[in-house]
Amino acid sequence: MSVQAPTVERQIWIYTQMLRIREFEERVKRTFTEHPGVIRGHTHLADGAEASIVGSLCHFRDGDAALATYRCHGYPLALGSDPKAMMAEIYGRVDGLCKGLGGSMHLTDVKRGFLGTSGIVGAGIPHAAGAAWAAQIRKKGEIVYCFFGDGASKQGAFHETLNIASLWKLPVLFLMENNGYNVVTTTEQEDANAANGEPLAVKSKAYSMPGVTVDGTDPQAVYAAVGTAVERARSGAGPTLVESKVYRLSAHGNIIAPPGVPLHYPEHEAITVFGKREEYEAALRGDPVPRFRATLVKSGVLNAAKADELSVQVAQEMEAAVAFAVKSPFPKLESALDNVYA
Amino acid sequence: MAQLPFIAAIDAGIHQEMRRDSRVLYFGQNMATTENHEFVAAYGHDRVRVTPISETAEIGMAIGAAMAGLRPVVELYMAEFMLVAMDQVVNEAPRFRYMSGGQVKVPLVLKAGFGFACGWAGQHTGSLTAMFMGVPGLKVVVPSTAADAKGLMATAIRDDNPVVFLHHYLLTLEPGEVPDGEHLVPFGKAEVRRAGGDVTIVATGWMVPRSLAAAEKLAKEGIQAEVIDPRTVAPLDLATILKSVAKTGHLVLVDQAPRHATVAGIIAGDVAEHGFSSLKAPIVQVTARDTTVPYSEPLEAYVIPDEERIVAAVRKSLQGRR
Repeated sequence: MSVQAPTVERQIWIYTQMLRIREFEERVKRTFTEHPGVIRGHTHLADGAEASIVGSLCHFRDGDAALATYRCHGYPLALGSDPKAMMAEIYGRVDGLCKGLGGSMHLTDVKRGFLGTSGIVGAGIPHAAGAAWAAQIRKKGEIVYCFFGDGASKQGAFHETLNIASLWKLPVLFLMENNGYNVVTTTEQEDANAANGEPLAVKSKAYSMPGVTVDGTDPQAVYAAVGTAVERARSGAGPTLVESKVYRLSAHGNIIAPPGVPLHYPEHEAITVFGKREEYEAALRGDPVPRFRATLVKSGVLNAAKADELSVQVAQEMEAAVAFAVKSPFPKLESALDNVYA
Repeated sequence: MAQLPFIAAIDAGIHQEMRRDSRVLYFGQNMATTENHEFVAAYGHDRVRVTPISETAEIGMAIGAAMAGLRPVVELYMAEFMLVAMDQVVNEAPRFRYMSGGQVKVPLVLKAGFGFACGWAGQHTGSLTAMFMGVPGLKVVVPSTAADAKGLMATAIRDDNPVVFLHHYLLTLEPGEVPDGEHLVPFGKAEVRRAGGDVTIVATGWMVPRSLAAAEKLAKEGIQAEVIDPRTVAPLDLATILKSVAKTGHLVLVDQAPRHATVAGIIAGDVAEHGFSSLKAPIVQVTARDTTVPYSEPLEAYVIPDEERIVAAVRKSLQGRR
């Protein structure tokens, strides 16, 4: 099986979505300083993983489903969710995607196939497999995209689910974004494969499914690797584990300072904990968003003027999301008691 | 009406719903391993499957399948096995409807036996009901008769929420009259198992027949106990309990769980708050003694509430009445 390279239109779509995710999250980040107190609790950014998210979801079709983790802003943007409703959710407002009941960690947009996000590491992996069982019964070639991080692959939920998914040939893609850190613990400190110089994708061997490691900062590489996994899943042959190597360009999450107002994102743990400034700066130099822009300009898919125009459009779209969300009112108090039961 | 053992009545409830609704799945460990398995034969392997020993994946997959439009029933065998996957039961299944602002429904049933006080020692005998009843978003069902076992299972499967269905292991083979054909028992509606005007006894599961036996013994002394079986503890039919207490003025709560892990304690709090003026004596709770359930038979019997302790509790409540 070989996956066709994305068309010119798809390449521009991929870049646009990467840019939208980056610009949306830049504004999430800025909210901490520009509107202190508006974002509560813990917020996690996908900066650095945009190519992986969009390159994967480029294969998404109507009827497919995606599930992810608390680091969940990127997926719904790529699936077509309204950034105004997303930002309003992150601000806890009535116009939020989830009516202010979920917040940054639990974005959900069922109409667009984004079924849910668990804040407990690894816990969403079996949910994706369950949705894949439903797809298997429907027999329409629909598949489920299951996004999680490297840390989740140390959870029992990961291992139990990969075993069953392979055993039952479920139409699910296990898309592991390996960003090298579980909060402040490096992958080599907690993962036997990593400690022995092996890619994390070798875990797939234990469950007799294909495993592949891909450069998650290159959307076309992700597109190709995930495309092969998609074809396998749609054909009924079963799941694939894709390890997508990315580098998160922000700290694990915004600073936690209870009681009080979280004010900013600290520097990445590579610097604050391990003193590896050069590692971080190398990752910044490889930032997938400007890199893909340069690739597209170089190959003539996009000219610099068009790319600049796109940047302006996307910035305006995300500014509008902030303006909308800041003005959206808080939900009525009694709505805290809605939706406990169906 | 047919005489069915409790366990067969539960199966009848699952069959009833699987026949009428192709979205209902039934799966778990050590079942459906041959084509002759009655559920496999009737509904096929798409809907009936054996799983590995992976409670987190089993319950987690039920959640995902439910969010994707199906109605899974997970066979867990023993309530303790849910502890292996407590995150999925308590912090995943009941959260998604809420956190999504009502976008998803999570209709699933977690079927598990409990309270196997029959020489199963410390890890298979727990009465964990109260552990689930305070979780917003979860419903908790505790049938005590074969008819209710069928009707509550059917209602659990039709419910659009995650339901923990706890059947008492010592009632497994207990026969009872079970309605033929479609049978549904509503949630949140207690059943008065025995009417009486002197004292109200509230019990669930295996403690219901023990309370009824105690009531018969008390009747010989001229004491008429009203025995109430809530049948579901989430939702809890407090109104029926308060109405009975208003009549009797005396309340004895019987629970197989240890002292501070009971449904009884929660009911006691509610009655103390909302029915205090009806009470003529302090509420008495008959619970398991505060220990792990021991293996040795006389010790096990000593720990778990029996007829004698229920009778004594009623006498204590009524002491000084006349």
